[in-house]
Amino acid sequence: MTIYIALIPAIPLLGFLVLALFGSKLPRKAVGYIGAGSVGIVAMLTIIAGIGFIKSLPQVRSYSVVLWEWINAGNLKADISFSLDALSLVFCFVITFVGFLIHVYSIEFMAKDDGFSRFFAYMNLFVGSMLILVLANNILLMYLGWEGVGLCSYLLIGFWYKEPANGYAARKAFIITRIGDTAMIIGIFILFLNFGTFNINELMQQASGKWVAGSSIAVLTAALLLGGALGKSAQLPLQTWLPDAMAGPSPVSALIHAATMVTAGVYLIARTHVLFSLAPVVQAAIAIIGALTLLIAGFSALAQHDLKRILAYSTISQIGYMFLALGVGAWSAAIFHFMIHAFFKALLFLAAGVVILVLKEEHDIFKMGGLRKKMPVVFMTFLIGAASLSALPLITAGFFSKDQILWYSLSSETGNTVLWIAGITGAFLTALYSFRMIFITFFGEAKTQPSFLPGKVMTIPLIILAVLSVFGGFIELPRSIGNIHLFSNLVDNTLPATVVRESGHSEILFQSLSAIIALAGIYLAYLIYFKRPALSESFNHSRLNKFFEKGWGFDRVYDVLFVKPVVWLSEIDKDDVFDWLNIGISKLALLANRLLSFLQNGKLRWYLMSFTIGIVLILTYLIFK
Amino acid sequence: MILVYLIAILLTGAFLAWIAGIWSPLWSRIISIVSLSIDLILILTIVSQPVLPGNKWIVDINLEWIPQFGISMHLALDGLSLLLLILTFFLGIISVIISWKEINSKVGFFHFNLLLILAGIIGVFLSLDLFLFYFFWELMLVPMYFLIGIWGHENRTAASNKFFLYTQASGLLMFISILALYFVHGHSTGSYTFDYIQLLGTKMSKSTGLIIMSGFLAAFLVKLPVVPLHNWLPDAHTEAPTAGSLILAALLLKTGAYGLLRFIVPLFPSAAVTFAPIGMLLGVIGILYGAKLAFAQTDFKRLVAYTSVSHMGFVILGVFSFNEIAYQGVVMQMIAHGISTGALFILVGQLYERIHTRDLNRMGGLWEKAPVMGAMGLIFSMASLGLPGLGNFIAELLILIGAFKASILMSCLACLGLIAATIYSLRIVQKVFLGNKNYDWDINDLNVREKIVTALLVIVIVGLGLFPKPVFNIARPALLKTLDEQREKSFQDQGISKNENPEKNISFFQISKLYFKH
Repeated sequence: MTIYIALIPAIPLLGFLVLALFGSKLPRKAVGYIGAGSVGIVAMLTIIAGIGFIKSLPQVRSYSVVLWEWINAGNLKADISFSLDALSLVFCFVITFVGFLIHVYSIEFMAKDDGFSRFFAYMNLFVGSMLILVLANNILLMYLGWEGVGLCSYLLIGFWYKEPANGYAARKAFIITRIGDTAMIIGIFILFLNFGTFNINELMQQASGKWVAGSSIAVLTAALLLGGALGKSAQLPLQTWLPDAMAGPSPVSALIHAATMVTAGVYLIARTHVLFSLAPVVQAAIAIIGALTLLIAGFSALAQHDLKRILAYSTISQIGYMFLALGVGAWSAAIFHFMIHAFFKALLFLAAGVVILVLKEEHDIFKMGGLRKKMPVVFMTFLIGAASLSALPLITAGFFSKDQILWYSLSSETGNTVLWIAGITGAFLTALYSFRMIFITFFGEAKTQPSFLPGKVMTIPLIILAVLSVFGGFIELPRSIGNIHLFSNLVDNTLPATVVRESGHSEILFQSLSAIIALAGIYLAYLIYFKRPALSESFNHSRLNKFFEKGWGFDRVYDVLFVKPVVWLSEIDKDDVFDWLNIGISKLALLANRLLSFLQNGKLRWYLMSFTIGIVLILTYLIFK
Repeated sequence: MILVYLIAILLTGAFLAWIAGIWSPLWSRIISIVSLSIDLILILTIVSQPVLPGNKWIVDINLEWIPQFGISMHLALDGLSLLLLILTFFLGIISVIISWKEINSKVGFFHFNLLLILAGIIGVFLSLDLFLFYFFWELMLVPMYFLIGIWGHENRTAASNKFFLYTQASGLLMFISILALYFVHGHSTGSYTFDYIQLLGTKMSKSTGLIIMSGFLAAFLVKLPVVPLHNWLPDAHTEAPTAGSLILAALLLKTGAYGLLRFIVPLFPSAAVTFAPIGMLLGVIGILYGAKLAFAQTDFKRLVAYTSVSHMGFVILGVFSFNEIAYQGVVMQMIAHGISTGALFILVGQLYERIHTRDLNRMGGLWEKAPVMGAMGLIFSMASLGLPGLGNFIAELLILIGAFKASILMSCLACLGLIAATIYSLRIVQKVFLGNKNYDWDINDLNVREKIVTALLVIVIVGLGLFPKPVFNIARPALLKTLDEQREKSFQDQGISKNENPEKNISFFQISKLYFKH
């Protein structure tokens, strides 16, 4: 078992090394095999390890392996060590399995790109770092993975580096997430200095033993860690980087900016849930941030023209749901939605990637249209993805995962009606913008003709993900319908079960409500984007629409508050004010030199006069003293 | 005797290289590499020897020199100096290799100066006699002056003068302090000596301690450098030839850091504590101000020079935190910064050889033509911003945690430096390698010689990031001894016993109180 755990992060990193060192000399085919193959092997290893893990439940709930002692400075000790439990198993499965499908897809998607081997090298480095992040059993090693995925995100957003705008988007992503990470590392300092260890389990045990719930230190530490999570997961107020991150190739958006890396914040909070339980204020803040984010991003998604930007805002919004779930203590619901979201959002991004590719880099949905008949496979899979995203009742996985969150946002111990209303409004928006995409992109008249049709290497991953987006939900069904709890039973080995308040709300009633809301959203989309497009026309040109499209003006505010001052500050003192110290000294010396050389000018009458004045002055002094 | 040999080999090599250079530049280079390699092998044999536990000095040699004045040839090696010696010889070899094509005039004299500087540096790292220490301190100076003044870029004369004046003036202040210490010690004990070990226990009043310490501080803080005494650095680094910049950044600055650890803290334990809040503040100012200036530069080399100011801020922050974690971080920072900033200077040099400019606005889009070079720039920019997995992260992490124990506010402010470093490091990558081509340079990627150098540096920086343990183990006895001595004496001076306050351990109540008070 332990050998698998050690191999899981190691193999993609090995793939990265091979590709980084020899990638440019290898034939493309070999690069593809190494790049996708390494992730495929790891996906298999994960499944083997997962089966072993589930078999040994409930006796053994986590496996650990120490590879080597990393740091030993004074009493600061940290190992390179991994551990596998139910939570990391779910994440590993999604990272490797979805990751593998995306890698396979990329072989065709990137086939004509000059940076083919560079692409796969970065992607393998990403998968390796992400696996380190979720398998690390100390928080410092987790931070290593955390920054590693940030680096890969930067490299892959700016993958097409010749375009300066891509470089800008990449730096924006890196710097904004780094701001969150800096808060997080200070939180890590506090944890270490109080408990003398980096081991996550020990930290959590000691925290629950030594810290009083609601004490200021617990609140402070939880808030600092939350800073890191907000940055990585693009939640309010650090969400602005994600829409711009769409500058990267579509498989990158699918893997990093939808399925895995952006959910690292969810993982962090779930992993350190003990700490957050000690800080109820922070946990409540998580719920509120999640609710606000899902609404704000939902409105923005509704106003976008760029297909990938719609999906980006949708991702922010869906992670908002996960944060909402974390905030109300519905741990397993958050993780379940993470998994299902990874399936359908990766599917949507990959399908969108195909659309954009065959339309020769056309991103604007209003210039697409009529693709339904031209590309039936892409249409069908995209439709399934959008249906799952909109939580189409009963038949899609998205319904079951989102419904769970909505239900707990009302019925859990810390849930309330306001959160539920936010969630249900978001659900309506989701259905609306998802089917806006469908109707505008795939129906109506064709405005741009596809230049070629996608091959099997791209469509097969789409089909597999579509299957998962439908059937993935059936492993966890609510009590009212089916009552299957395979997923939460597994995750509850690591995370505490959700505490539900006795409220007398009828679960089935609220489920029906959310089902109706989703259907209503879809119907409205049908009405205003297909049946009577004139209805949406006036809104399209309104100021409000512009405001939503620009992401509620956050970028502009940050520009004025932070970017401009920093640039100004660096501009005003480019030449280093302290250099005047030297210039001043040398000027002074020159001045003194000039003064003295002026006195010694070789003119006799000058000297005589100076003598006379001097004598007069001295005499005056002596007489009148 | 091995310590004497180390210096003697370099000095002999220096003269041989000069003489050989008259006939053949190639031989001059070979002699330099050979003498540095011999030294490197010698020092590595010491590493492989088992060290007696509890014995701070691994090698210790004390020869008479001018006994009338209490001056001796006292050289000793502990873990700290051992690590710095390895770094010196390693980077010494690299600096000869990178000058292979760049230096074509007066090759013999160039290598003479190069080896002489290195001899001075290792002398500084080994001397345990203050007079001898001062001798080596000045020995580093003159050949460096020539190195910048003869083989430098356009404004080399002004830069070398500035460098010389700054270091010479601050060095003189240190010399006055050395003499003062000599007399204070002689006066109170009757034995007039420059020997470090004997001077360690010198009793002096608080104000005397502060005054004498300030002379030493002047020299070390200028070398480090600390804002506002840093202005020699950007000029000197920018105008020096690549090897000169490499040695300046990677080694010469470290003599300042070494001086703080070896002399300030043990010789003036309580004065150092008094100075600590100012020291930490200076560190934070250096980190942030250096980063700010780095971001504003358009000259690539000047940018890298200012990042040194920022990174050395971490060193001074750590030194005045007085705990083992911070000190291990300081040692790691000295090594990792030497490698990573050295590598960036090498990169600037390689670019300059190809496109003859250091202006960032004339670069851009170079990745296409030189991907290996781009990867190198990327890796060392990441090192500079403290990416985990590379040596600099370990260093900065330990310093920040150590500083957090001493002052939460200072440590948190220093953490802002991590964000600032991200901003300027990403700017390097973008401006040089990515984006539009501002100029259609037709350049070659790294050749085999350059690739070997790069690969070596990458291996070391990754090794330090993932397997830093050997460094900690070698440095530990020396650092613990320094800290123990400091603690013991500063408590003696204050009349409290050592056990009362073994370490400033901050409980969470203190943290929360401190936090919410501010």
